[in-house]
Amino acid sequence: MDDFRSGVERHRPYLLRYASLQLRDKDAAEDAVQETLLAALANESGFGGRSNLRTWLTGILKHKIIDHIRRSAREIALGADEETSDFDALFDSRGHWIEMPAAWSDPDASLAQQQFYAKLEECLARLPAKTARTFMMREHLGCETGEICKELGLTPTHCWVLLHRARMSLRECLQANWFGK
Amino acid sequence: MIITCKEATRLASQGLDRKLGFLDRVALRLHLAICKGCTNAARQMEFLRRAITRLGEDADERGALRR
Ligand SMILES: [Zn+2]
Repeated sequence: MDDFRSGVERHRPYLLRYASLQLRDKDAAEDAVQETLLAALANESGFGGRSNLRTWLTGILKHKIIDHIRRSAREIALGADEETSDFDALFDSRGHWIEMPAAWSDPDASLAQQQFYAKLEECLARLPAKTARTFMMREHLGCETGEICKELGLTPTHCWVLLHRARMSLRECLQANWFGK
Repeated sequence: MIITCKEATRLASQGLDRKLGFLDRVALRLHLAICKGCTNAARQMEFLRRAITRLGEDADERGALRR
C-alpha cells in the first residue's frame, strides 16, 4: 500500500517537468500533477500489474493537461498569435529558399548533450503562445491533429500552418544557436 | 508535378501530421530528389520530433538510450 504511494510520489519531479513543458505555467503544471497523483492513489487497482508505473502516470497526466488546455482555450484564443506573412522571410517571390538550409552534422549526437536541450528549450520559449501550444500538443503529448483542432478550436489547415511555422522557426533557431556554431 | 521549395517544405511538414495524398507524395519525392535544401529541412523537422520526445527525460535516461 505505502509502497505504491511512495512509488507514485517518486515520479513527481518527472511529471512536473513533463507538464511544465506543455503548459508553460508553473502553477497550472503543479495542479495537473497534483490531480494526477490523487487520481493515481485513488485508483491503485487501475494500475494493476502493468509494467511501467511512470508510463501509466504519464497517461493520466496527459488527460489532466488536455483538460487544462480545454479550460484555458478561450483565453489563448483571445491572444491569438500574430498572423505574420507566412514564411515570407525564408523564401523569395518564386518560392525558392533565400538561404538554403545547410545539413546538420550528426544531429543525433546532440541528443546526448545536456546543453542541447537547454538551447532547444530557449528556442521553444521564443515561439508565440498558440504556436507553441499546438506544436507541443503534437510532438510532446503525441496528440493527433484532429484532437488538437478540437481542443483549440482550430481548423485543420490552421493547425498545419501553426505546426509548420513552429518547425521552421525551431529549425532556424537551432541552426543559428547550435548547429551553425 | 513541379513544386517550389516553399510548397515542398509545407508538404514535408504536413507529412508528419497526416498521410499525404498520392499526388502530393509524388511531387514531394520528386522535389526532394533534386533539392538539397528541402531535403535538409525535411530531415531536420523529423529530428525535431526525436529531440522533443527526449526533452522530458532525465539526463541518465538519455545516456542509456543512446546505443
Ligand atoms: Zn527545395
